[in-house]
Amino acid sequence: MHDRPAGAAAVARRGDADPAAQEAVRFRGVMIAFSLPGGASYPAVAATDLAVGTHEFVAIVGPTGCGKSTLLNAAAGLLAPSSGEVFVLGARLTGINRAAGYLFQQDAVMPWKTARDNVAIGLEVAGVARAQAAAKAQAWLERVGLGAFAERYPHQLSGGQRKRVGLAQVLIRAPKILLMDEPFGPLDAQTRQIMGNLLLELWAFERKAVLFVTHDLEEAIALADRVIIMSAGPAARVIGDHTIDLARPRDASEVRLSPRFHELHKLIWSQLRTEVLKAYNASGSDSAGAAYSAGGA
Amino acid sequence: MNPQRFKLLFLQALVAVLLVGFWHVGSTVPVGGGYLLPKFFFSTPADVGLQVWKLFAEGTTQIVRCSDPIDPSRLLSTSDPCFGKTVWQHLLITLTEGMLAFVIGAVAGVALGFWLARNRMLSAVFEPYIKMLNALPRVVLAPIFMLWLGLGIWSKVALGVTLVFFIVFFNVYQGVREVSGVILANARMLGMSERQLFAHVYWPSALSWMFSSLHTSVGFAIIGAVVGEYLGSAAGLGYLINQAEGTFDTTGVFAGMVILAVFVLVIDGLVTLVEKRLLVWRPPAAAGQT
Repeated sequence: MHDRPAGAAAVARRGDADPAAQEAVRFRGVMIAFSLPGGASYPAVAATDLAVGTHEFVAIVGPTGCGKSTLLNAAAGLLAPSSGEVFVLGARLTGINRAAGYLFQQDAVMPWKTARDNVAIGLEVAGVARAQAAAKAQAWLERVGLGAFAERYPHQLSGGQRKRVGLAQVLIRAPKILLMDEPFGPLDAQTRQIMGNLLLELWAFERKAVLFVTHDLEEAIALADRVIIMSAGPAARVIGDHTIDLARPRDASEVRLSPRFHELHKLIWSQLRTEVLKAYNASGSDSAGAAYSAGGA
Repeated sequence: MNPQRFKLLFLQALVAVLLVGFWHVGSTVPVGGGYLLPKFFFSTPADVGLQVWKLFAEGTTQIVRCSDPIDPSRLLSTSDPCFGKTVWQHLLITLTEGMLAFVIGAVAGVALGFWLARNRMLSAVFEPYIKMLNALPRVVLAPIFMLWLGLGIWSKVALGVTLVFFIVFFNVYQGVREVSGVILANARMLGMSERQLFAHVYWPSALSWMFSSLHTSVGFAIIGAVVGEYLGSAAGLGYLINQAEGTFDTTGVFAGMVILAVFVLVIDGLVTLVEKRLLVWRPPAAAGQT
């Protein structure tokens, strides 16, 4: 994790009449390398060009250690690219991406705050009065189905409930862009599908730009408008870009039974499988895994 | 009261009864030509109990008395020959020393722990010195403190501070350093400035580490006070024990120890109450650790 003084963060704004303004996030030649102990450098992500539209739900899928999370951290401004640039709503990103909300794979809610305080904090630090922030937080907790759990501390909630708190915590700030790093990874299969549906339901309101990283192809197809496939690391790159033409609104679990879903899955999986096998064979050297954990948030 | 708890209490009481019983029999029932636990070395439980009762009932431990009305400012005086102190006053003095040592040590530990944890260069510079000081047995500092600060309460406070400071310092240092990277990144993404990160992330994390060592640091504050008194003073529990020891009054030493033990137990109970309120967000398994 790279430290950056938050005060130095640039404000991302829409460029005037710029066609790029229609893009929530654009990676332009973004290359990310990590320096390893001993002076060597590990190229995690090779020069990447990728754009996410302002109302687009894009999923990035790739084998473990391919640098998906690294790319996401670059979009969040938590990690500066070694070369290339990230544009957010048309403006070049330096520092933390203020327009984005980030849902992490691990538990990121503050254990010393109740569910309500955790959700309210994003507004409080922005200067909203405490009582008002708390009222809004309560409303958001109700939207994610946790209205009765506002006074609970994270350790008193289940893993799925903590994810819901995290989701409310991010969405209450009304970010234009939602970055998600395998957010439902640690949950069991049933909870994942319920959370997927909750996400789709909330997303349908405002259709924010979403960049959703996952290693689960089924989840990616069920949720996204576009599925991006990344190659196995090192120097991972985008090798596939598939439009998912399944009708919306979707049900994240029922859509998996439709014939079109199976066609898409078959098509994308044939491409992904080669990369997964490559990563699997390379993991004997452990370099991919080590670099992944170094790059993961 | 459920049966499980009743059984536990019964077993706990049984241990006390067995120990005191063994002590009583050993010191009062002759075996062969002598006693298993001679009175001169071990006293007897009955004598010790009587002595504790006397200390509390009769009030003073000193023969010298003055007819002056009690002046509150003299309550904490440790060198007033005219003022026979009750055991309550001795307790109050030890408590005052302990609390002062705790507060000063904790504030200094928190401040320096934060400062060094957020400043890598500084912490690297001071690391060997802090390790050196921490490795030093603090009792050897007691005579120095007495030389510097006299026989009053401050030399005892200073000794307690050196004990408390390092416990709090290391815990706060650790607490700030080991804030989860994910929580920190999340807080940044939620729009927190450095100052807000301090208030909402670093501070609670460091405090939770500090409070998890509350039992240890409060205990050490009391130890500092008692050891300081023991080595040279005119008041306090350590002084009571030392005085009895000086006259080979084993009963007095044991009585002092009993009072000290109960005193520390009460304080530990209060700390547990404080801890339960402050660390309500912790999972029960982790909150119980010290």
